[in-house]
Amino acid sequence: MSLNQLTISDARDALRKGDVTSAEITEACLTAIDGAGALNAYCHLTPEIARDQAAAADARIRAGDAPAMCGIPLGIKDLFCTKGVPSQAASRILEGFRPEYESTVTQNLWDAGAVMLGKLSMDEFAMGSSNETACYGPVVNPWKVDDRQLTPGGSSGGSAAAVAADLCLAATGTDTGGSIRQPAAFTGIVGIKPTYGRVSRWGVVAFASSLDQAGPMTKTVRDAAIMLGAMCSHDPKDSTSADIPVPDFEAALTGDIRGKKIGIPREYRMDGMPAEIEKLWSDGAAMLRDAGAEIVDISLPHTKYALPAYYVVAPAEASSNLARYDGVRYGHRARLGQGDGITEMYEKTRAEGFGKEVQRRVMIGTYVLSAGFYDAYYNRARKVRALIKRDFDQAFAAGIDAILTPATPSSAFGLGEMANADPVAMYLNDVFTVTVNLAGLPGVAVPAGLDSKGLPLGLQLIGRPWQEGDLLNHAYVLEKAVGFAAKPAKWW
Amino acid sequence: MSIDIDTARKVAHLARIAVAEEDLPALAGELSGILTFMEQLNEVNVDGVEPMTSVTPMRLKRRADVVTDGGYPEKILSNAPDAREGFFAVPKVVE
Repeated sequence: MSLNQLTISDARDALRKGDVTSAEITEACLTAIDGAGALNAYCHLTPEIARDQAAAADARIRAGDAPAMCGIPLGIKDLFCTKGVPSQAASRILEGFRPEYESTVTQNLWDAGAVMLGKLSMDEFAMGSSNETACYGPVVNPWKVDDRQLTPGGSSGGSAAAVAADLCLAATGTDTGGSIRQPAAFTGIVGIKPTYGRVSRWGVVAFASSLDQAGPMTKTVRDAAIMLGAMCSHDPKDSTSADIPVPDFEAALTGDIRGKKIGIPREYRMDGMPAEIEKLWSDGAAMLRDAGAEIVDISLPHTKYALPAYYVVAPAEASSNLARYDGVRYGHRARLGQGDGITEMYEKTRAEGFGKEVQRRVMIGTYVLSAGFYDAYYNRARKVRALIKRDFDQAFAAGIDAILTPATPSSAFGLGEMANADPVAMYLNDVFTVTVNLAGLPGVAVPAGLDSKGLPLGLQLIGRPWQEGDLLNHAYVLEKAVGFAAKPAKWW
Repeated sequence: MSIDIDTARKVAHLARIAVAEEDLPALAGELSGILTFMEQLNEVNVDGVEPMTSVTPMRLKRRADVVTDGGYPEKILSNAPDAREGFFAVPKVVE
């Protein structure tokens, strides 16, 4: 086994024992990245930073001051602002932008001694479910079963592909409607979106501020617990950041869920659900039952309205957040014609800088916020959102500890296969994940098996607010019971 | 709700995104499709429901109204497409 294939927990233990150095693990990752151009996962590489940070981490470990993430090489989603390093949210409009500041999440990771290998591609402004809207071209899923190239999912597709192909030990992702969990499921890795407010949004390029949360994408549940702990903090620079203590999530992994109540929401059993997904789901429930949990049928009656509510709220917030890209302060500015004024500058800059899907969502958001439609669309969607949250509140009040659902409606599909589909058809990828963002809850995707084609499928567990430790413990039990050990065969 | 070409043109202008006249019919069609999908929300009874504001009740943080940052205009301007003499430069705004 080469060092880039290590998990965070194994690397941590080996580093502390002095069996390996961060410099060696980092070189192994850089070599793996060099040989993986075909996956297109990284969009900006930072080998000099990586080697400097690895040397510093090794010195820190020798001095006996080594937090869990010390010396661990990571990939960082292009949505995070990293000082002096291109951070462009996979958009042409941020071409050339090098932030003068560091996001709180990445700063927390560097403070803990982690190592940055580079930036990872994604759907433009995190808007997409297939990584095909990236200005760098699509990321390719390392999983391959025929001559087709498959999507790694989106929007954190670069992160998912890099973790699955061992091009880093773990990666950061962000999740607005499923952007950590869906790509994690498509690539056979673990991804958790924490409770809204658990992780600071400061320095993360904003998509939909009331829904965006960052989280780790890792090879194991234990790694997710370790890395999440390093990412979380109360941050005065994010007014929605929760001022509550960050517990030791790894310590919560007891493997004991006896007496816990697992809810199976009947509304997630959708018409036309593939038999494979249905079986995966019931097998997962049986495993949790065998571990001593009680399986309970529950109802979340407003589930079917989550997607339409999301596709009002998210574009509305996006249209407001993306108003800042005007060609004045940073990024791209269009070349202007004779007599063009400031309005032409805005309109041409944004037409050239934003891709089609981003333009579409900004315009939808503009429409639903415009005079005369604000109440009919935006306020109505916000009220439906409250009802979706109430469904979950009632389930938890009735004693449910965690909710089990499929993570995605299918395994990874082929790149280009959705090119001519209705935009709404692509939105359906988020059907099982989007409720969690609307309600602000923590959700984790865990690899649960392979489909008949040999592609990974994931299950999702949804937890109570602020109970990420308990949620990860359920995920840990499921992970052990499934025993998922498959890796993509190297073709790249 | 169906969006006609005039509405699509108006929305594009409000969003400050230049859309060529020949692209407006396709845009109107796409936006109409998405809005039709959203119409499902009209089936829900939202009488007396307050819009959601936070996951668990939380008072918005307050802080002292003091300057805590700043004093580095060169950093602020370092990414500007056009900066001159310590200012962002833009095309003429007033005649």
